[in-house]
Amino acid sequence: MDTTDDKCKCDAGEAAGGEETGVSKVSQDKGLLAVILAFLAGLGIALAVGWVVYPALLYSEQEQPVQFNHELHMAEVPDGCESCHFFREDGTFSGVPTLDQCRDCHESAIGESEEELKFVEEYMEKDQEVPWLIYSRQPDCVFFSHAAHVLKAGMSCEACHGPIGESTSLKTYQENRITGYSRDIWGEDLTGIFKKNPWDSMKMDDCARCHDKETGSKGACFQCHK
Amino acid sequence: MKIDRRSFLSLAAGVAAGTALTPLPLKLTDDLSIWTQTFRYMPNEVPVPPDGAVSVATSVCSLCPGGCGISVRKIDNRAVKIEGRQGYPVNNGGICTLGLAGLQLLYGPWRVQEPLKKKEGGFEKISWDQALSEISGRLNDLRRNGKSPSVAAITGAGQNTTGRLLQRFLTVFGSPHFIRIPAVDDSLAFAAGRMLGTAGVPAFDFENSSYVLSFGSGLLDGWGSPVRMFQAHSRWKENGATLVQVEARLSNTAAKADVWVPVKPGTEATLALGLAHVIVRDGLHDPAIEAAGKAFDAFRELLKSRYAPGAVARQTGVEEPKIEKLARDFARSPRPVAVCGKGAGQDPVESLEAMAVLALNALAGGFNRSGGVRINAAPDYIHWPEPEGSAAQKSNGTRLDVHRLPELINGGAQPPVQALFVMEANPLFTLHGAPALAGAVDKIPLVVSLSSYMDETAAAADYVLPVHAYLERYEDVLITAGLKEPLVGLSRPVVKPKFGSRHAGDVLIDLARAMGDDVAAAFPWENFEDCLKQTMADKWDVLSDQGYLAETGPEIPAGGMNFAALVESAELQPPGQGENGAWPLTLIPYDSMRLWGGHIGTPPFVLKTVADTVLKQADVFVEVNPVTAERYHLADGRPAFLETPAGKARVRVHVTDGIAPDVIAMPRGLGHAAYDDYLAEKGVNINALIGPVEDPVSGLDVAWGVKAKLTTA
Repeated sequence: MDTTDDKCKCDAGEAAGGEETGVSKVSQDKGLLAVILAFLAGLGIALAVGWVVYPALLYSEQEQPVQFNHELHMAEVPDGCESCHFFREDGTFSGVPTLDQCRDCHESAIGESEEELKFVEEYMEKDQEVPWLIYSRQPDCVFFSHAAHVLKAGMSCEACHGPIGESTSLKTYQENRITGYSRDIWGEDLTGIFKKNPWDSMKMDDCARCHDKETGSKGACFQCHK
Repeated sequence: MKIDRRSFLSLAAGVAAGTALTPLPLKLTDDLSIWTQTFRYMPNEVPVPPDGAVSVATSVCSLCPGGCGISVRKIDNRAVKIEGRQGYPVNNGGICTLGLAGLQLLYGPWRVQEPLKKKEGGFEKISWDQALSEISGRLNDLRRNGKSPSVAAITGAGQNTTGRLLQRFLTVFGSPHFIRIPAVDDSLAFAAGRMLGTAGVPAFDFENSSYVLSFGSGLLDGWGSPVRMFQAHSRWKENGATLVQVEARLSNTAAKADVWVPVKPGTEATLALGLAHVIVRDGLHDPAIEAAGKAFDAFRELLKSRYAPGAVARQTGVEEPKIEKLARDFARSPRPVAVCGKGAGQDPVESLEAMAVLALNALAGGFNRSGGVRINAAPDYIHWPEPEGSAAQKSNGTRLDVHRLPELINGGAQPPVQALFVMEANPLFTLHGAPALAGAVDKIPLVVSLSSYMDETAAAADYVLPVHAYLERYEDVLITAGLKEPLVGLSRPVVKPKFGSRHAGDVLIDLARAMGDDVAAAFPWENFEDCLKQTMADKWDVLSDQGYLAETGPEIPAGGMNFAALVESAELQPPGQGENGAWPLTLIPYDSMRLWGGHIGTPPFVLKTVADTVLKQADVFVEVNPVTAERYHLADGRPAFLETPAGKARVRVHVTDGIAPDVIAMPRGLGHAAYDDYLAEKGVNINALIGPVEDPVSGLDVAWGVKAKLTTA
């Protein structure tokens, strides 16, 4: 149904003069142009929203409560990553260090840096744990065992986490406003097409892909969803 | 440009095509699905607490007098599970419902989190320093005006270090009114003092007993150290021991007993002496007792004249042949033991009853014998130097029993009480005649409650000072509770204090310091921990290593038992309450493992275990015999008005054969006006319906039952 055509037919009876066909040609061209423009406008808006606006709106940004230099510490500690991110006696993984690991050296401030003073005064002296924002925190419904991967399968920390030990500062933590989880789980790249390293994203498919490659099976649901 | 219909549809098609070329649909779908997993506060939500290091801390539970050892599983600084401690001499790995639910007493949102001051009917927050300086200022004012004796303190903590600190504070200040909430141990110690010359606490060797004669003691309803009693009960089953329960109600203990003897409430002493009559008459008693005992002839005379089976049967409602048989079975059993202390054994009993039970044990030769009873001197390990200077002036007042507090406040004592400290006790709920007491406490210008919870007494206080919950603090726990040997257990902090609470001992030390001069000098310790370690001195290492100290004193021989005290007590039978036709029934309280009648309120987890024949929504049920129900036209489940000389309450009726005719039973531990959202305004506080009854010999409040009537509502 085209109402403009109907309109023309209605008008034809009343109009004096034979120019109506020309008029309608022009208006048809104009109409087609408008349609194409509208399509392109819609396409443009959608692409902009999908690629630019949505990611910008989706993530909130927070800085860590205290800055931390991994590289500096790696030079000081005896056993690399294991010095602070260690396995407990019962095989559970300690994860992010607590004040107990910092206390030996940082009972009082070392040097003059602003972050160091903040750390000692705000947290160490008050015996308040630092509320670190955890980049690789998985959802509550996911069970993951570091022991199985590191102690049993002999994987290195870098295999999944990348060269964090060489970083000199902690990047801005981005949190998904809808889910409340870190951006690093889905990955920086929303399409997943440009993933190069294992640590670029840590969604279920990433686990499955690696498991498939290494063990010949994606694994059963209950391995990670208890 | 005019957007016509075609252009609009085309725009929409463009948007659709464009959207499909972005990661948005996939990403938004995924985000929304995860968002649905993060819904909080849904009925089906499973909380996921933070991960951390697992550790186990050991301590001693101080929620009831039982003193069980506990192992607390922790994740980082968070306690997640309380279990009985393996190998602990009291409970060896077992634990009761209250102990299990202790985490709710630690993490419950209804804990008092910072000091509070009464203001216009409500409370306002106040800093510790401010609170202590205001309180010490008012105390110093009293002292300057020569009104030192007008300060009183009530505590349930008793004779451990914290309790003794409070007592010392009062002594130094110049007041005699240090009041402990009395318990059955006080009655027994009093009786032992009169009959054996040493006011020690009886210890019962239940485990090795062959015949347990219990006068209303809820041995499986929370009596003494509950877990230990359950384990002893298992031993009786293995050893073929006999349990006889003398009680008007089919309690759990009565239900699991071999013999249930429903006796008229309040006539337990009469029955005990009736049994003694038969034992002495038939010469079944231990001859050594007769040979060495003092005034045994007077005792024999008393039994002969007043406690013949016929007379006893009339008073107690137990038939003669049954009395004869019970007495003979008891006396002929190889290792019999008799025990008293009704319900959970938290209440003092009549002196006559306590003495009669001691006499029965003596007649059976049960003193200092396996499976019998021995008198232990209370552990005595706190030796502090006497305070010096003006502080040492003892005021010449007398010890006061807590049920007399209203008189003391209303001017029975001179000067009347001007300031009251309450520590680890909730007298406005647990004491008989609570309403009278509440009225009296209202008149005291300064009431300070040291409490972890907003209980009835705290709610009536002018200052509420939050003390650490039992899992956050050091505490030496005196464990008597009828144990074979008295122990001193050590409670230690399992977790760091969660709120701005302090240790009660620290509060007293700080308060003394704020008072200045000689009061401060009498408290030379840095803090409570320092005080406890100094008090324990060389025993500290053992105490903290194994978690307990066994403090067994010398044996007190029962050979020289003096029966004169018992004969005197029998002459002074306490008067009954309201003996007339207006009150045809007797109301008795009962205790169970599912409700706690002490100063600690029942936590929500435990409240969930209460049957709906006991508590339904906010209604409490009283147990009524079918015969009684018919006579007063009461139907099962229907509401009724319960009235006693002390008060009136609306209850519901539970008709059951498990209660004697003309007796009504009602649970203790309900009817809290305050405490927490789960416990407040549920049921009726039976202590408000029972007035205190003073024992003519010991002076303790020994009320148990009360005359009552029941009418349909």
